Amino acid sequence: MKNYRADFPMLARRYQDKDLVYFDNAATALKPQVVLEALNDYYLHHNANIHRGPNFLAEEATILYEEARQRVADFIGADTEEIVFTSGTTAGVNLVARSWGEKNLQPGDVIALTRAEHHANIVPWLQLQASRQIKLQYIEVKADGTFKPESLAAVLTCPRLRLLAITQASNVLGQFYELENILAAAKARGILTLVDAAQSVVHHQINVRQLDCDFLVFSGHKLFAPSGSGVLYIRAAVLATMPPFLGGGGMITEVKADSFSVAAGPTKFEAGTPNIEGAIALGAACRYLQTIGQAEIFKREQELSAYFLEKLASYPWLRLLGGTQNRLPLFSLVITGLHPHDAADLLGEQGIVTRAGHHCAQPLHDSLGISASLRASLAFYNTEAEIDYFFASLNTLRQSFQN
Amino acid sequence: MDIYARNILDHYQRPRHRGVLAEADASFHELNRSCGDDFKVYLKLKDGLIEAISFEGQGCAISTAATSILSEFFLGKAPAEILKMDLEALRSLLGIEISFRRQKCALIGLRALQGAVASLAPSA
Repeated sequence: MKNYRADFPMLARRYQDKDLVYFDNAATALKPQVVLEALNDYYLHHNANIHRGPNFLAEEATILYEEARQRVADFIGADTEEIVFTSGTTAGVNLVARSWGEKNLQPGDVIALTRAEHHANIVPWLQLQASRQIKLQYIEVKADGTFKPESLAAVLTCPRLRLLAITQASNVLGQFYELENILAAAKARGILTLVDAAQSVVHHQINVRQLDCDFLVFSGHKLFAPSGSGVLYIRAAVLATMPPFLGGGGMITEVKADSFSVAAGPTKFEAGTPNIEGAIALGAACRYLQTIGQAEIFKREQELSAYFLEKLASYPWLRLLGGTQNRLPLFSLVITGLHPHDAADLLGEQGIVTRAGHHCAQPLHDSLGISASLRASLAFYNTEAEIDYFFASLNTLRQSFQN
Repeated sequence: MDIYARNILDHYQRPRHRGVLAEADASFHELNRSCGDDFKVYLKLKDGLIEAISFEGQGCAISTAATSILSEFFLGKAPAEILKMDLEALRSLLGIEISFRRQKCALIGLRALQGAVASLAPSA
């Protein structure tokens, strides 16, 4: 693979006298120059509110924003009318819960999640559980990261199941889930499906027609775009039946003193001035990834993963959470004799950025019987040399804690 | 490599006063889930002074060592001393730099002890 490190200005960052080793990509990815330029270009040359006002700046900004919607739609195989720009994954799930959920769910209805969900795909449903007396059911996860078949079967045959809201990849176990069969089984029963692609979208090419889901959510910032940008895909037929969530400018066709009518299409869910520059930069990020080629990125990540796992095998005091098949380049570790928080702090002193904690997946950590783990999450711009440095640093660190 | 001070590592590896205190006058559970720190402290008083302190739970080196050091420091002192201690005083007691990102770790034991003192009846 060509070396793309020069595309990411942050990789030139140093901490004290150390090179930056950025292993926290699952938290947020670094931004390439083309994304930063898209942001700059918007503010330096256009800077206008969109869909409002017949001036040339507003027209330019609107065209850029709608071009970005087209790029995102192409990126995941959707139509532009199915792409709602959001502030991120969390906003997308909340929008579905509040708009679709509050309209359609009755007390006793069931929403199914997996034990591997991020809090963003748990808490909005817990809120509905409290306000609408719905129930949550979890698909349990085995130690190797895969779903427990009996638990999956129980969920798919649950009589009151109305929505399956499921992650495509665990941000802790690193497991990537092939969801097609599960989504098809739900669909066959008339159950709607939501896919949380926050972790997966950056690693696997996504096609919503192939997945055949009703909703799909992800954040821009994990996809090399700015934070505060994000996408909610809603299948067109479902979108048409959903009431708006937030009310305000942009989502209406007409407002009178005592009534309003709602815009059609995704703008129904884009009340208020949106994160225009974020959406444009997200479009630029999608184009950047398509220029490299997602297959090329996937191949490189697989090489890095294989190298990481090979190195890992020589340290018996490191325990990897999850299995080794269908894995993202994301590794959550439990370290004998070293608390993850200390490890992350002290690795940081060596310029290595990782994350420690429960990674916003407390129910999963509870089910694994651990309170925290150290997570190294890689991107295609990371290197084997950085992996060597990570393990060598961790080894030194642990020794200093031994004596 | 700039590793934690010897004293901190010593208290982390050999925490003092670990365990449940029988017939404690007060106990308090403090949790910092974002880090994975989880401690419960116990206090026993005699003649208005702290006769015994213990703690159980798990955490990182800084949270464990800080709690252990505090469990020695406050022995024989009045409970009001616990309420008076702030981050600055704790910093000098621990003898290490506490970066902003580790403040919660350093403070969890003190917060637990302060919770225990606050739960004591006013007459105690």
